[in-house]
Formats: sequence, structure tokens, C-alpha cells
Amino acid sequence: MGGRPGSHADGRALDRNQRLMPDERGMPAEGRIGVLLIISTVAALGLALVYIGGGQPQAEGALLGISLGGIGVALILWARGLSTEGTVTAERGPLGGDPDDEEVVEERIEEVTDEPGRRSVLKLFWAAGGALALSAVFPIRSLGPAPGQSLLETAWRPGARLVDDNGRPVRVDTLPVGGTLTAFPQDAEHAADSQVVLVRVQEHLLQARPGRDNWTPQGNVAYSKICPHVGCPVGLYQADTHELLCPCHQSTFDVLDGARPRFGPATRSLPQLPLSVDREGFLVAQADFDEPVGPAFWNRG
Amino acid sequence: MTRRLLRWVDERLGASHFSRKAIDKIFPDHWSFMVGEIAMYCLVILIVTGVYLTFFFVPASEEVVYHGPYKALEGTRMSAAYASTLDISFEVRSGLVMRQMHHWSALIFMAALVVHMCRVFFTGAFRRPREINWVVGVTLFILSMMNGFFGYSLVDDLLSGTGVRVGYSIALSIPIAGEWLAFLFFGGEFPNTEFITRFYVLHVLLLPALIVGLLGAHLAILWRQKHTQFKGPGRTEDNIEGSRLWPSYAAKSVGLFFIVTAVVAALGGLAQINPVWLYGPYDPTQASAATAGSQPDWYVGWLDGALRIMPGWEIRAWGHTIANPFFPGALLPGVTFGVLYAWPFLERRFTKDREAHNLLDRPRDAPVRTALGMATLSFYTILFIAGGNDVLASLFKVAPEAITNLFRILIFVAPAVTFFVTRSACRSLARDKVHPFGGSVGSRVRRTPSGGYEEIDEHDPAPEVGAIRADLVTEAYRPPPQS
Repeated sequence: MGGRPGSHADGRALDRNQRLMPDERGMPAEGRIGVLLIISTVAALGLALVYIGGGQPQAEGALLGISLGGIGVALILWARGLSTEGTVTAERGPLGGDPDDEEVVEERIEEVTDEPGRRSVLKLFWAAGGALALSAVFPIRSLGPAPGQSLLETAWRPGARLVDDNGRPVRVDTLPVGGTLTAFPQDAEHAADSQVVLVRVQEHLLQARPGRDNWTPQGNVAYSKICPHVGCPVGLYQADTHELLCPCHQSTFDVLDGARPRFGPATRSLPQLPLSVDREGFLVAQADFDEPVGPAFWNRG
Repeated sequence: MTRRLLRWVDERLGASHFSRKAIDKIFPDHWSFMVGEIAMYCLVILIVTGVYLTFFFVPASEEVVYHGPYKALEGTRMSAAYASTLDISFEVRSGLVMRQMHHWSALIFMAALVVHMCRVFFTGAFRRPREINWVVGVTLFILSMMNGFFGYSLVDDLLSGTGVRVGYSIALSIPIAGEWLAFLFFGGEFPNTEFITRFYVLHVLLLPALIVGLLGAHLAILWRQKHTQFKGPGRTEDNIEGSRLWPSYAAKSVGLFFIVTAVVAALGGLAQINPVWLYGPYDPTQASAATAGSQPDWYVGWLDGALRIMPGWEIRAWGHTIANPFFPGALLPGVTFGVLYAWPFLERRFTKDREAHNLLDRPRDAPVRTALGMATLSFYTILFIAGGNDVLASLFKVAPEAITNLFRILIFVAPAVTFFVTRSACRSLARDKVHPFGGSVGSRVRRTPSGGYEEIDEHDPAPEVGAIRADLVTEAYRPPPQS
């Protein structure tokens, strides 16, 4: 036996100097194990009663824990007394390394390909297997539609009214200055890729980009609500700084400057929806976005 | 009775010869070898509670209107998946405890895997002949991480839906194949009605089958190769020291199973986890939290942190884009797991050590490996903490920008500092031969034949033949056994 902790002949633990640990606090191990197992039994029966009585999550967890824990601790106490020999040592024995075995196996494998005739048959097996594997790949195509145009366009069409999430059309003066709401194209309220965040700001603060001068009637400006980073809804508007914030990864966008990203991992501005007002005073889209919305991808350009 | 049963089995299966060898198999007694067992027992709990949950969970995205005991969501439209999770939590008797045990067990499972992998790494247990088992172990870790993500995504609450959204966008960002990969894997543009059913099959069938199968291989290889052991008097590369499987090790291990399950049960009953009824159903127009606090389960936190601190850069050329999330979301885990897989072979290349090792290094014995490992851990720890930059910002009342910029610096500084501190700590520990947490244990002396005293080197692996061994000296002072 080495100089490490082990077990004494009567099963009690020994410390590193092979002295008996002072763990006999008056009660023999069998007594303590007995008490634990009785507690465990009572808790298990209590668990059954709790279930029959209608169930109660806290009581169920606590009683199950006590019941299992009692058995667990009892087993470990018991284990200390089970072995009389303590630490033992054995040889590992070799792990492989017999050249005869290797040679025989090698010969037996290679005898299949020794003859030229067999080799060409084997090649045909490989070809057939390869062709089968290739055609087995095709059903993967059924798992989803082709990306096609779906990432490039949304449900916005020229003249489509903006409606809120209850389907009510939004007027040019629905929002007060500093106000914001989430809008959808009328008749496509569930098109998640078409959602926009509509913000109303003082018109003279807006720095319109070239060609976007008439996109913001009376200070109403609409941006795609899908973050160009990984697609969370850019839902937080801070009216004092005119910033939209994405709550997932903290990208911020400048509403006055074409929703240019100010900070965070987002690399692109939020696409802007060109707005105008129809004859009845409702906000409508002039056209679809002029770029893809949402997270970037290989063919986004 | 036992004998008759054994005879019956042996005549049919010839199992007695194997059993005889098996019950004498030796397992080392070091505490750090328990961590892998904790992971294995968590897997057992996951399977048992998971099977129970499948009886009640409805893996479907069809819209239903909620009518049930949770009045805050009365009349709300939601997916059948989310509604059935509410039923498990509020109506199925013992359902909530099972669900919470399942989730707690998953968190502890992943933690145990990480600690177990650290144990194997820092003691050099992955070295020849155990490279295959390291590769199997890394695969188990990846599969388990994926299965955890699929599992909490099934619920289709606002938080998990946000996570799926992020996963879809990362798939989309992969160069060349990303659009097809995302559409084929998720069943079309996100959000859609396909992914819950797919995640369900992956979560309850495909990945568990792979995990259980690979765990079987992991244990079979371990059984064949036998455990490693720490250096110590009498221990060599060719022997193994410990206690036998039967009865003491088996009783201890089964006891550990009961204790792990007890802890998970107590947590599952007493500590609320993932209260999905508070988050509400997934709605693509809403983020999971109006303010701070949209974090994934802990083992995915490093990826979320990487997404957060990545500067707003991406590559655009020739009409194509390599999108920003690709670098933290796909390239980083690719490199992470690639290096983990390759580590045994990389280390062999650099150290030129091609020997088989059954004796473990203590971490200080390999200062560079230990320092690299600690630096790597600090890197992922910083990423993990950065995943809570919004929480930290509101906690310390500072701008999220300041916190994020701090992490962008720390991600380089912390691993570098950790590397040099760890390496010098290892070197000085190796000189002093003091256990870092054990304090001074004094020293042992022995009397020499000439009457003087000399100090005994505690870490001398093999006392020379004929020398008086320290343990034999103390043997003489052992008190008589009490009856």
C-alpha cells in the first residue's frame, strides 16, 4: 500500500498518514446509513402523497431531492465500509503491439485485391456505391424552397397603405412628433419581412440622402424594423438622441441620417421605405425598399 | 440463488469470464475523475425527464388561442408548441418539476463537460494512446451544445424565437452556400412554420442517438485503455492503482448518481428556470426584451458575446458580401472546435513527444500547455461576460458603448496577461513543489544509517530499492484498530 489515503481494515477512512480519520461521532456507520434510508423512505412516501393531493412543484422537488440524496449519501457511507483491501495496484498489460496479428490481418484484407480481375470488380463496386451516394443526396433538396427572390423583396407595393398591428391605416398625422409605431403593408399584416418602424421627427432635422427628399411626408420616416446584423426587431426609439437601438446586440442607428449605424456590429443602414400620402391623408409606400432587408448574405451585393 | 442466476446467464451468454475481470477492474481514486461521471449521470436524467416531456409537448407551429389557468395569457394567439409548454408547466401534474429538472440538468451537463474537458486537457490525458477518445469527446461536446440549443428553441417563446432568428441569420451569412443552407435547414425564410418540427426530430431522436452511441464508444475505449493516473510513489506507466469496481467503486459511483439527481431534483423544484410564461409567445415584430436581458443559455453565451463585440465590419467585393455575423458566429466556432480536435496532434508536433502516457502531468509540469489553456479559457470567459454587456451597462449605469469597447480591448489583453502569469506561476510552482491550495504540509524526514536526518522528496515517484519508505516509518505509529 502506498502513502495515500485509503481504507482501514474495518472500513473506516484513513488520512494521508494512514491514521484513522476522526469520523466516528458516536454513531456507527450502520446507524447513520439506517437513519438516512429511513429519511429517504419517508420523503419518497411524502412525494407520493403530494402527487395524490394535487401536486406542488416546490414540495415535489424538495422531497424528491431528499429521497434521492438520502440513498446517495447512504451508498457512499456504505461504500467506505465495503472494501477491506483499500488501494490496490495491478499491471496494465499491453495495448496491442503483436506484429503477428497485424501481419495476418493485413494479408487477409489484401488477398481480396491481389488479383487484377478482383481489383477491377472492386472498382466497379466503388463506382456503384459512389453513384448511389450521389443520388441519395438529392432528397435534401426537398427540405426547403429555393432562396430565389424571397430575400430580395418584401410585400410592399406602390400605393400600399401603412397599417398598425391592429390593421388600422396610419394617417400622416397619426403620430405626434417624437412618436413611433410598427407598421405593415395593408393586406399583408403578417409579412414579417415587411415590418417597418415608423418615426415622426421635426422635418427640418432630417438630412435626406440624395434622391430621398420626398420620402418623408411631414417628418414621417419609415425604416425596415429588421436589424441588418442578425435580424432582431429594432424596436427601441430614443427620441432625445433620435436613435433606434437593437436590443439584441446593441447596434444603434441614426434616424435623422438615413438610419446610418452609429455603434455596434451592424454594418449597414436600415433600408428606408419611400413614403407619400394618398388623397385621403393616409401614409402609403411609393414602392418596395430599394435594397434587401434584414441580415446580409453572399448574394446581397 | 445468485449462483443459480449466474449459471443460467453464463450457460446462455458465457458472461462469467468477462464479469470476473470486470468486477476486479481498477479505478483511480482522484476526485477529478468524478466530473465526467457527473456529466454522464446528467445525461441519464436528461433522457428520463425528456421522455416524460415528449408525452405532453406538441412540436407544431400551428396557431392556437390559449385558454388555461395562466390568466395573463388568456386569449393570446400562440403556437401549439408554446401552448403545450404552458400546459406542461401549469396543468400536467409534476410537469413543471420535470421540465425544470430537464433544463437544470442540461446546464449542469454542459458545465460538467467543460470541466471534464479541462481536466483532460490540463493533465495531458489526451496524449497517446488516448487521442481517439479526445476526438470522440470533442464531438460529444459539440453535439451536446447543439442539442441544448435545439431543446430550448422548441418552446417557441419570445426569448428562444429570438435565438432561432440569430441562428438562421448566422447560417445565412456563410459565404457562397449560406442562402441554400439556411433555407434547407430551416425550411425557408425565417420566420416559418417548419423549424419546430425539424428541431424536435433533431432534439429527441437524431442527436440523442448520436450522443448515446458516441458515449458508448467513449466508455468502451476508456475501458480498453484503462484510466490514466497521477504520478506518485509506486505508480508507473505500466501499472494502475485505485479501488476495484466491485464493491466499493460501484457503490460510490451509484451514490454519486443519486446525489447528482438529488441536486437536480431540488433545483428543479425550488429554483425557477426559464419561466417561459413571462416571456410570451414568439412574435417576429417584438424583441425578447424591451430593455436589457436577452441572453441565451450559458453555454451559448460566448457566441452571443462574440456577436456583440464584433466591430461593424464585413467584406464586400465583386458583388458579393461576407456578412459580419459570419466571423463571430460561424468562423469562430469553426476555429474553436477545429483547434480542439487537432490539439493532441498539434502538441505532439511541437513537443516531439510521441511516447504513450499513462501517468498524468500536473498542470505545472507543462507550463506552456497550461498557460495556453488558461489564456484560451480567459478568451471565452471574456466573450461570455460580453454576452451580458446590456445587463452590465444597466447594472453599472454606463453606456453599452463603453462596456462594449472595454470588452473589445480585454479580449486581447486578458488572454495575453493570463498566458504570462500562468506560465510563470507554473514554473515557480514546479520549483517549489508546493501544492497551490494545499499550503505547506511540512516535510518528512528519515533517519539515515549514520544517525543523521534527511528530508524525503514527497514527489519522488519511485523510492529506490532498500530505502526506508516514509509510509513504512509512520506505519509503526498507527494506533491499533478499534473493534
